[in-house]
Amino acid sequence: MIENVIQIEKLRKSYKDVEVLKGVNVEVEKGKIFALLGSNGAGKTTMIRIMATLLERDAGSVVINGFKIEKNPAEIRNSISLTGQFAAIDEILTGRENLQMIAKLRHLRNPNQVADELINRFSMSEAADRRVGTYSGGMKRRIDIAMSLVGNPEIIFLDEPTTGLDPEARLEVWKIIQELSAAGTTIFLTTQYLEEAEQLADKIAILHDGKIIAQDTLEGLKKLFPPAKVEYVEKQLTLEEIFLAIIDDKEEK
Amino acid sequence: MESINKYFFKDMSVMFGRSMRHIFRSMDTIVTVCITPIAMMLLFVYVFGGAIETGTENYIDYLLPGVMLMTIGSGIAYVAYRLFLDKQRGIFERFHSMPIARSTILWGHVLTSLISNVISVVVIILVALLIGFRSSAGILEWLAVFGILGIFILALTWIAVIAGLSAKTPDGAGAFSYPIIFLPFISSAFVPTDTMPSVVRAFAENQPVTPIVEAIRNLLSNQPVGNEIWIALTWCIAIIVVAYIFAIRIYKKL
Ligand SMILES: Nc1ncnc2c1ncn2[C@@H]1O[C@H](COP(=O)(O)OP(=O)(O)O)[C@@H](O)[C@H]1O
Ligand SMILES: [Mg+2]
Repeated sequence: MIENVIQIEKLRKSYKDVEVLKGVNVEVEKGKIFALLGSNGAGKTTMIRIMATLLERDAGSVVINGFKIEKNPAEIRNSISLTGQFAAIDEILTGRENLQMIAKLRHLRNPNQVADELINRFSMSEAADRRVGTYSGGMKRRIDIAMSLVGNPEIIFLDEPTTGLDPEARLEVWKIIQELSAAGTTIFLTTQYLEEAEQLADKIAILHDGKIIAQDTLEGLKKLFPPAKVEYVEKQLTLEEIFLAIIDDKEEK
Repeated sequence: MESINKYFFKDMSVMFGRSMRHIFRSMDTIVTVCITPIAMMLLFVYVFGGAIETGTENYIDYLLPGVMLMTIGSGIAYVAYRLFLDKQRGIFERFHSMPIARSTILWGHVLTSLISNVISVVVIILVALLIGFRSSAGILEWLAVFGILGIFILALTWIAVIAGLSAKTPDGAGAFSYPIIFLPFISSAFVPTDTMPSVVRAFAENQPVTPIVEAIRNLLSNQPVGNEIWIALTWCIAIIVVAYIFAIRIYKKL
């Protein structure tokens, strides 16, 4: 049986009078990379914040790792970690100290060793003892993600992990995500880049106008594309074309 | 919840460790906080002091308590600023998405405030000693002085928490401190209130800085402290209670 570690049904959320999520359904299988694709302002961060127990939903059901968000937020926090849209690092501390701090807060037995291991794994030994304030954007992202791996949480939320990174740093983040997934971690990431979803995700959901307008594997999404037009295009369809086609479709109706 | 409470003190000590590193790695903050009060002290002692009739022999002795409060007033802006940064940089979110006792995060900042402001006040006292401040107070009086200052710091800290958590810009976070820095001027901190026009005088004699300054002044000069120490403490504790309730309410909504 396929196990869904994230199960969201009819999720609704408004800020004052702006309705951002209008009945979102999402299922994420254990150990998979799930990409939530949406343009700026679509509500991706809102969804992540609700799943990470940071924001209360208005309606609908959210079950993470078998725990209901309204009943067992503490258990959920034990199973997840969050890398927000903007690097959340203490810039006055060094990279190593940041990792040690998170390890202590996760109540691990050997925080210093955990920090050392992550520093090696992310090949950051040179920068590890400098203050994070001196790091480049790519390095901040790396330490930020490393902080999310402390304690090996089962589910990792990555909110636009590569936005603002140069191509080299982006590739590096992709590699980390793939390695994590290979090790069995479930990854829920959001992105505005179609290419990123295409490259990384086992399953892609497109969030548009408050709803998931498509949720499938890349192959499945490609099938959604009207076949009449396929003859037109000889090359493999990119997600971008599918995305635009679906949105066009919706807007016509 | 049980598992969270079990770690309260452990989490608290991690937050405290973080705070201490912040203090000791930003000593320039303490310098910035102390510079203006030191300048005021020099100005008042060497320029205006001769013209001010306070009834004390040594004007610096009269002046020091007010300067201490000013120092705390400017130090407090940084508390709001640090909170604002933690909020804006997503550090709160990171902590809140982890299984840790939520309140320890705020208390970490409160402790930082307490310690860094006490360090600033000590710097001010040392400078005052250099320019002639002398006190006949004993250990107990000094303890009482630092007790009052500590409670005053806590009162302003909880106001700073409100400011820092609700600010939209870094400058906005610190802006609340300007009126606080200014309060000592309309009190008995620099000149006795009896030469002030009646409206100003009424304000000066009934605002919290005056009883605090006078309680500290009496303690430092080994004079008997009267009612003013209780008025001072009542003010501070009332501010702590009210500001704490509002701060927690805002914090919960983050
Ligand atoms: N705290 C908030 N108060 C009011 N509106 C908000 C708030 N947070 C987000 N929004 C609005 O909700 C919409 C979705 O925001 P967000 O979830 O951040 O989108 P995304 O992450 O996909 O860019 C946007 O229109 C944004 O302006
Ligand atoms: Mg976002």
